[in-house]
Amino acid sequence: MPARAGRSRRAGGLVLGLSTAYLTLIVLIPIAAVVASSFEGGLSAFWDEVTSPSAVAALELTFVASLLVVLVNAVTGTLIAWVLVRDDFRGKSVVNAIIDLPFALPTVVAGLTLLAVYGPKSPLGVDVAYSRAAIVVALLFVTLPFVVRAVQPVLLELDREMEEAAASLGSRPVTTFRRIILPNLLPAILSGAALSFGKAVGEFGSVVLISGNIPFDTEVASVHIFKSIEGDNPAGAAAVSVVLLVLSFAVLAVADVLERRSRRHDA
Amino acid sequence: MSIAVRQVTKRFANGFVAVDNVSLAIASGSLTALLGPSGSGKSTLLRVIAGLETPDEGDVSILGEDVTGVPPQKRGVGFVFQHYAAFKHLTVRDNIAFGLVIRKRPKAEVRARVDELLGLVQLDGFADRYPAQLSGGQRQRMALARALAVEPKVLLLDEPFGALDARVRKELRAWLRRLHDQVHVTTVLVTHDQEEAMDVADRVTVMNDGRIEQSGKPRDLYEHPANEFVMSFVGPVNRLGEAWIRPHDLELRLEPNGTTSEAMVERIVHLGFEVRVELVLDDGRLVSAQVTRSEVEELELLEGQILYVRPSRTTVFSGTAMPQGRP
Amino acid sequence: MRSASGSRYTLRTMALGYLALLLVLPCSMIVYYTFKDGLGPVWEALTDPAFVSALRLTLIAVGIAVPANTIFGVMCAMALVRRPPKHGTWLINSMIGLPLALSPVVVGLALILVYGQNGWFGGWLTENGIEIIFSTPGIVLATIFVTLPFVVREVIPVLREVGTDQDEAAWTLGASRAQTFWRITLPAIRWGVAYGVVLTTARALGEYGAVAVVSGRLAGKTETLTLHVDEAYLRLDEVAAYTTSLVLALLAVLTLVAMNVFKPRTHKEVADVDRSPPGHEALR
Repeated sequence: MPARAGRSRRAGGLVLGLSTAYLTLIVLIPIAAVVASSFEGGLSAFWDEVTSPSAVAALELTFVASLLVVLVNAVTGTLIAWVLVRDDFRGKSVVNAIIDLPFALPTVVAGLTLLAVYGPKSPLGVDVAYSRAAIVVALLFVTLPFVVRAVQPVLLELDREMEEAAASLGSRPVTTFRRIILPNLLPAILSGAALSFGKAVGEFGSVVLISGNIPFDTEVASVHIFKSIEGDNPAGAAAVSVVLLVLSFAVLAVADVLERRSRRHDA
Repeated sequence: MSIAVRQVTKRFANGFVAVDNVSLAIASGSLTALLGPSGSGKSTLLRVIAGLETPDEGDVSILGEDVTGVPPQKRGVGFVFQHYAAFKHLTVRDNIAFGLVIRKRPKAEVRARVDELLGLVQLDGFADRYPAQLSGGQRQRMALARALAVEPKVLLLDEPFGALDARVRKELRAWLRRLHDQVHVTTVLVTHDQEEAMDVADRVTVMNDGRIEQSGKPRDLYEHPANEFVMSFVGPVNRLGEAWIRPHDLELRLEPNGTTSEAMVERIVHLGFEVRVELVLDDGRLVSAQVTRSEVEELELLEGQILYVRPSRTTVFSGTAMPQGRP
Repeated sequence: MRSASGSRYTLRTMALGYLALLLVLPCSMIVYYTFKDGLGPVWEALTDPAFVSALRLTLIAVGIAVPANTIFGVMCAMALVRRPPKHGTWLINSMIGLPLALSPVVVGLALILVYGQNGWFGGWLTENGIEIIFSTPGIVLATIFVTLPFVVREVIPVLREVGTDQDEAAWTLGASRAQTFWRITLPAIRWGVAYGVVLTTARALGEYGAVAVVSGRLAGKTETLTLHVDEAYLRLDEVAAYTTSLVLALLAVLTLVAMNVFKPRTHKEVADVDRSPPGHEALR
């Protein structure tokens, strides 16, 4: 950066100052309030809230369902990205565009529509409403774009000559995929998976209608927090929130590292 | 003096000293080249003159006025960037008019001035195009017209032809020379290409490692280089022990005499009128000689042939020799 | 190569089948359920005062959150790219990233803990008769929080690619910093900003969890469109729920169209951009 005269440096400082003040007011102070509130009764109170049977059940369910969803996404997301990049058919651009639909569609609308297809009045005869399977379906819906959109650009940039070289060396297509393509896609798949895990762990809107929110059965962490707030137990809500907060930070850090690594792979 | 730089030092945040205590005077109406390898500080020095970098020490004056603390907006310099810095969202006309519009000149005057400049840079008929619709050479001519529009006191060109292919670069070089003879604005050109510097400029300043190695007319630099760096940077050179010999100063003979050494022709490279003869001396050292085509025909040179060579002119630098040098 | 094209069709069928079951079928059900009983009930749902008030509140939230985060986003991106602070960049970056990864319910809770009756500023706010939680300001704050990252994150890479050459050229031509920003920098990053604005708008229209926590859900007063969907569904007014959903879904489709208009342009802009001279890069 070129250094400049004093007046402009002050103007630059003002821009940075205003941005930081905005971030502090909108994000930092509220987050700090959550952390502070969770430890209001001391460390043991925090621990008691986090390890209360209903909190443990909710966190466990959230964690396991999210992991399952991430695994499915890693496979289906890569598959969809593959078809969008390497295949060609009529209407491909429309399919490509609707991948972002789960991002654009409000989560509560997603929940309602899934309930219409996979609920009691299912036209397919598949009724998973108010079960753990329903949670997985809802999470699959809202996390669909992440792996696809992470893998797609990497696959586009992937050097076709590498595959041709492998083929010329006698490698069968499956072997080429496993030993040549997959290792190159892996950082992108993992980074997309990390982001969908983050989204799944905190998801609320799409789950709340379809899961039935039965404690110890289909109550996910964010619904647990919501009920604690409604039940006037902000300290309990804050304690579980801190667990989600830590997970969010971890996810951000992992995604950041993976993204950097996949970029290094490109170079 | 049009531009005077006095004892300027510029350090970057990482501690790298890009310009190290440099003083330089540039005469009014001249076209001066700052020549040096990448990282030699020549672009940074140009940016200091433009006010795009603030020097840590030293001062800069333009037309006798100290401008060290003056922002680039008020220095009255025209600056042309290697990658054109075209305003992509504006047409060629609006690009060239930008400085005049900023100065709130009357519309009719702006229009007339832009039309005049479009003619000067041979872009009439391109006024309503966007930069993306121009070739690299056209974009750079537009950038020059844009810089000239505000009638700058000095024109600063930062590797202006560096992004262009070899043929366009040569054309633009000749065009710039003619333009300068027409406009006569004091011009400083940064380049890493010694041929470009020698071709275009009245004076050349050679920089290396943030310091000035030598300033002078192109011919003086070539004939009387101040040190080994300049010797090796301004043209091809052979080094034999302490002696530096230009390839065209190496005489080739078929017969030995007392002062010649034996050499074998390794390769003959025809470059058109000139021919480069690559030779291996009997002690295994490699040298190259530059001769004309007719000389090659006269000597009936063949690869593998044994010859006798003698330098007609050598340069030896005294003790202050610098370790580095480049072909 | 019969087997190769065979496996191609298998992969295509699997991918499209998955998308059909997960995306297309559910979304087409919105249309079916909305118009199941004809147009009459749909019209009724759209003219219901509760719907109109929800639409109004949503538009207010969008109308404040989008400009606020756009101005912040461009400013913050300029600061981070053009003059990165020596310390604390990681903190700024994680605060920018957090709203993307954090559960919206936690966002709602956080706002209650700061602005609620027993919150950090709660006492002072009550004394001065300012109501934030269970009221419009709370909904606006929640919307701003969850949509904060989009413009910044879109503008940063574009600004990086555009570089500083054009700005520097404008300065040497006499343009002040303000003139350079409005006439050169902003037009150069406009498609990136536009894309960020589209993402922000989509997220602001659709926010549910954070808003659900802070709204207090007074129908006709503190209900946004997404809360209205939920509320109508719970009182078994299916047509109202699906009609509102359809409105939101149509807005989502508009978003997709806008995304597909702007995204290629930001890429083109970036691809077409002159890189700054390698010589300078090496010096910095």
